[in-house]
Parts: sequence; structure tokens; C-alpha cells
Amino acid sequence: MAPIQDHMPVKPAGARFFDEMSNAAGEVRPHYQGYVSWFDGIPAERMARKRKEADALFHRSGITFAVYGDEEGAERLIPFDVIPRIIPAQEWLALADGLRQRVRALNAFLYDIYHKQEIIKAGHIPAEQIISNAQYRPEMQGVDVPRDIYAAIAGVDIVRAGAGEFYVLEDNLRVPSGVSYMIENRKMMMRLFPELFAKNRVAPVEHYPDLLLDTLRAVAPKSVLDPTVVVLTPGSFNSAYFEHAFLAQQMGVELVEGQDLFVRDEQVFMRTTQGPQRVDVIYRRIDDDFLDPLAFRPDSMLGVPGLLSAYRAGGVTLANAIGTGVADDKSIYPYVPEMVRFYLGEKPILNNVPTYMLRKPDDLAYTLEHLAELVVKEVHGAGGYGMLVGPASTKAQIEDFRGRILASPEKYIAQPTLALSTCPTFVDAGIAPRHIDLRPFVLSGNEVRFVPGGLTRVALKEGSLVVNSSQGGGTKDTWVLEE
Amino acid sequence: MLSRTADHLYWMARYIERAENLARILDVNNRMLLLPQSEREVVRLWRETLDSIGLLDGYNQTHDKIVPEEVVHFMALDRQNPGSIYSCLRLARENAHAVRGTLTSELWETINTTWLKLREYDIEHLGADDLDAFFEWVKLRSHQFRGVTFATMMRDEANCFLRLGTFIERADNTARILDVKYNFIAEAPRRDDAGEYYQWSALLHSVSAFESYRKVYRDQITPSRVAELLVLRTDMPRSLAHCTAEMTSYLDAVNNQRSTETQRRAGELASSLRYGRIEDVLETGLHNYLTRFIVRINDLGNRIASDFLLPVTG
Repeated sequence: MAPIQDHMPVKPAGARFFDEMSNAAGEVRPHYQGYVSWFDGIPAERMARKRKEADALFHRSGITFAVYGDEEGAERLIPFDVIPRIIPAQEWLALADGLRQRVRALNAFLYDIYHKQEIIKAGHIPAEQIISNAQYRPEMQGVDVPRDIYAAIAGVDIVRAGAGEFYVLEDNLRVPSGVSYMIENRKMMMRLFPELFAKNRVAPVEHYPDLLLDTLRAVAPKSVLDPTVVVLTPGSFNSAYFEHAFLAQQMGVELVEGQDLFVRDEQVFMRTTQGPQRVDVIYRRIDDDFLDPLAFRPDSMLGVPGLLSAYRAGGVTLANAIGTGVADDKSIYPYVPEMVRFYLGEKPILNNVPTYMLRKPDDLAYTLEHLAELVVKEVHGAGGYGMLVGPASTKAQIEDFRGRILASPEKYIAQPTLALSTCPTFVDAGIAPRHIDLRPFVLSGNEVRFVPGGLTRVALKEGSLVVNSSQGGGTKDTWVLEE
Repeated sequence: MLSRTADHLYWMARYIERAENLARILDVNNRMLLLPQSEREVVRLWRETLDSIGLLDGYNQTHDKIVPEEVVHFMALDRQNPGSIYSCLRLARENAHAVRGTLTSELWETINTTWLKLREYDIEHLGADDLDAFFEWVKLRSHQFRGVTFATMMRDEANCFLRLGTFIERADNTARILDVKYNFIAEAPRRDDAGEYYQWSALLHSVSAFESYRKVYRDQITPSRVAELLVLRTDMPRSLAHCTAEMTSYLDAVNNQRSTETQRRAGELASSLRYGRIEDVLETGLHNYLTRFIVRINDLGNRIASDFLLPVTG
């Protein structure tokens, strides 16, 4: 194994990327000074030992994820990096305001789309963008959901390109995952380096499950006084099963599979050792398509027959609602700032990344000319699959993608390649800057709430901008410093 | 509690108990074979052992004849054999994984670590010496499983189904171990007292009952007392009487509207053991008695599944 560096690397002046820890002159930023002076006092062997310990602990407790199509590594650890990503209090406050605003607007949009569609009538979004969108669920038209909350849980992916310059990459409004890693990473850091938390005022995140349970109970059907909440998982072979089990356990609710539930008289029950028991709120971690074989994919073994009709009748709440995908689709994404203005009458706080919609001839022409500079994504893609990162691709890859775009341009969007910020990270050769993003988890019930920070993902490959765990990404503990 | 959750807990405990008892069976066979005896006898012991745990057909499908080393490998480490120790620990872990949220983190980690360790064993190349250590390890992990359960799990429904699984499996396994060994010793060519003593003590050791026997009887080892100890003594933790008494109390604790008949049958069986006399048992023949017992335990297993768990399929 390569020797571990004793000291934090000093960033060469004039580097291309904003580094979270040090400025362009190589000086440690104020909010990292406490950490760096602590780190410099830690012998390299101790740090190496601690990193090994972290791996062993994650393995023993089975905090793993499954990679589809990979039989050997059916269960793998997500690499955990012990250097935290630190966010100063002031910066977080601004981000928090932006998140609150954005998620409120997205919920308002979903309500509108499934009711009067004012935003279309006002001419802000073309009707065909909604109606012909595969994520739009006509079954939801005119259905009222408790508190008009569609996305009770949102995972908004944010990147930084410069000082104070944050961009939203994606609004994940279907079944965003990763929050268990946020909590486990914190627990691991506290276990490995308790002294760090005595010295630094780090905002806690471990109460997330309490907030989540509160949120889920808040969106129960109105008539229910003491709602029963369950977590619905596709099963123990799902890549995010650890998280499903973790959240159910932390909230103290049942973790159910489709086969555990049944519908009678438009109400949902679970099969228990003492007979059927009524279920009021389902935190479902299954995609719309698999929820109900009678309504959606008939071959789904994961869902519950009749669930949609019970849901439409108000007998049960699904969180998130059916049909939220129409608001986090990449073809709808460019309109989110417009939603903020239209529904809230406010100026958007968080930036959108400028986006070329390749269904538009002008955007298409521009994109085809600049493929080597742009990031091209599938409108319905997720998990870092099916995308082209122009600057990091070979000529052949670019030409291959050009063919795919030309075959069906409406399936793609393009964005400028952002200079994602970096954070020092342990790699084979020592410590080096690696690109990161941030996924805060935003809860909407009685009010919009979250724990400070979120999950920081890091692209471990040098130069890579893709942070997804399925693509070799890792995670870090995320600290929001309290004033 | 979800029926599926109860089902996973119950089977998790059963598979761990089964793995332990397989290790015990293999251990006692090895001990019995330390004595000089004929090739024919050795083959008979292994055939009867395989037969008693329902693995003879499976073995014959993949092997031409009974070779002790191959039988041990088949029962302990064969990944293709669904009844091997390896497979039992894999299934225990799968069941635990499916309900890991219901387990304390200590209990989950105990089971997961057992599985991770088992995968590290170079199981194709374990020598005879390593095997002893391996069986000890399997028993120890099972002890640890129960210890962590006892020390960390709430005394709630989850615990009841878990314990139910442990005791129904143990009742079944003790009956099988006793049956095959008792037969083997009784039918073996008459040997000197020392030889016989050795056989009986190996059997007692295999169910951790050697010291208990000494304490209870303070006398030489006789077949009928061995049978009494393992069948009727309620204070003997691996005896049929103890296992059925425990089963009955856990069944009473989780009772539901459908389970009355199951509770009655379990109680009836437990009472017959609690108040039974070894003379009566031996008069019908221990083999007949144990065969009937195993049928009744199997019936209780099916009834528990249909009353509380997921119905048994196939």
C-alpha cells in the first residue's frame, strides 16, 4: 500500500476547481482550520488504522449495497472517506432557504398539474411536456392527497461551482435514497474520532428518523387519529434494502413487502401473527410501476393488488404520492425556477444549471456542435447511467453518443460541464482533491423540515464528475458548523 | 408482528440450531470412530446418520459409496447440499437479513459475522484436525447467538417466535441423534465394558450431557438412564421434555384465535413427557417411541406455520 501523507495537500495556486478546504492561494479556509490542525496532529499510522477499522465496522454491520448485474460483489461497501465535508453555518442557512422554497414550489406544481393545470394555461410550460411525459399519471388527475403534499421526501442534488455558487442538479422526488449513509457516516465518525466532536460544534443529523416519522404521520388520511406507518420495500435483494430496514427500525415501524399487505374495502391491511391490522401511511420505496399489478405493470410481484384504488379513495396515504416523477423529470427541470415565480411569487434562491432541451432544434444544433464540452443526459436516466461527460470522453464515445442523440433527440438534455468543487479525499496514492456533490433530504409535512447538511458523495476516480455509488462513488460525513 | 417477520425469525433460529446439532452429530461420530472397529460398522454408522437426518438420498445422488471423509464433507461443508452446516448458516443469515430491523444490532452482527467468517474458511481443504476446531466453532457461534439473544432482545413476540424455532428444532434433532446412536450401540457386536462406556459417553458428550449424567445419577452409565436423561428430564436443556415444555410456553404466549388446537397438541405432548416413565417408553421400544415423537413435532411445525407464519408450500 502506498504511504499515507502526513499533511493535507496544499493546493497549487490557480487550480481549476473550487476546493472546499483551501482557497486558490492554498490557504486553509476558516471553517476547516479546526479540522486541519487536528488532522496534522494525528500520526499517519493512526489514521490508516482508523480507516481500516471503519471498513471492518461497515462490513460487520452489513451496511452494504447491492450492485445490479454484479454477481461476485452482490454486496459491496460504499467507500467511506474519513475527511469530512464541512459547510459553514451561513452558507447552509442560504441553502436551506433555497431548498425550502424549491420543494414548496415543486409540491405546488404537482398539485396544480393533477388539478387545474394553471401553469399550462398561463403558458409557462407547454401542455405536451406534461401530458406526453411518461411520468405523468393520468390516474392521479383530480385526486386529493392529504395536505396537498405529493413529495413528502425529496433528495435535492446540489453542486458548488464557486464561492456561494450552488446549482441544483436534480430534484429527486420519487424514492430518493442515501439518507441512511448520512446517519451511519456520522455515527462512524463519532466512533472513530470522538475528540473531533468535542472540539467542533457540528450540527446533529441522527434525529432524521424522528422527523421522517413526524412527516409521515402528518400526511396520514385526515380521519385517522393515531396513524399506523409502514415502510414498503421490494425486499432484501434490493440495492437499498439496508436503508429500508434501517429507517423502519429507527422509526419503530414495520418493514413490509408487497406480500404482507392486502386491500379490502379500499383499506389496506398487513398480515400479522394476530390477524389483519390496518395500515394508514405507506412510506413506499418501490417505483410507481410496481406498486399495484392491477393498475400498472401486471407482472409486478412487489406490489399490492388494489392499492391504487384504495389510495384514490383516500383509504391510505402513499409517500411519496404516485406521479411525482413528472416534476423531477429532466425535461421538466428547466421550468423549476418558473414554478417558484409562478406559485410563490418569489425570486428563485437556488440556481438551475442552464439546460439545452434537444427536442428544440436550436438547442440540438448547438449541442451537436459542442458535444466535447457538454454533459448530455437521458431525460429518464438515473444513477449516472446513460450519460456523456464530454470533456472526459474519447472521440469514439462522443461519436457514438451523437448517433444516439440524432436517433431520438427528445430523449436527451445537455448542460455545460460544471466545475464541481473538490474536497481532499484519501485515495491510493495519499490524499488528493476529488469532486463532490451534496444531497440534502427535504421533508414536507406540517412544514418543510430537514437535518442540516445531507449526504456528500465523492467521485473517487481522478477527474471524474460522476459521484453515484453504482459508478465507483464514495461518501463523506457532512458537517454543518453551528455558529 | 408481521407473519413474514415471525416466519423469518423462527427459521433463522431453526437453521442455527440445526447447524449446531449437525456439528454435534459429526463430532460424536468422530469420537465413536476413535475406537477400533470394523469397516462394516463404520459404514453402517455413517449410513444410519445420513438416513436419520434425511440426507441419505441426497448423498447417494452425488456419491458412489459411503466414504467417511466424503460424508463429513457433505454434511458439513458441501455448498450444494441444502442440509449442510454451510447451507444452514447461509439460510440463517438470509432469514436474519430479511428482518434485520427486528433484531438488535448485536444479534444481527453476530449472525452476519458468523457468515462472513464461514466464507473465509478454506472449506475445501479442511484437514481432520481442523474439522474438530470447525465443529467447536459452529457450536460456539450458536451459543453466542443464544447468548446475545438472551442478553439483548426484548422479551416480546419476536423473541417468542425465535425461541419457538430453537426448541422445535432442538426437540427434533435430539430425538434423531438419540435414535441413531442408541440403535448403533445396541446393535453393535458386544464389546468389553470399557468400549461400551466409551460409546455411551460419546453420545452424552454430543449433547453436552456427560457432566449432567454424572451429577444426576452418580453411577455407571446404562442405556435406560441415558434415554431417561435425554427424553424425560425436564431440567436437562436438550431433552425432549425440556424442549416441548419450552415450546408450549412460547406457544401460549403468542396464541391467537386459530391456535387453540396447536396449543392443545403441544401441551399434550409436553405433559406426556413430563409425567412419562422410562419403563413405559422402553417397553414400546425407543426407536418406535422416537419415530412417533418426530412425527408429532413435524405436525406441530406445520400447525405453527399455518396458524402464525407463512403457510408451508409444497
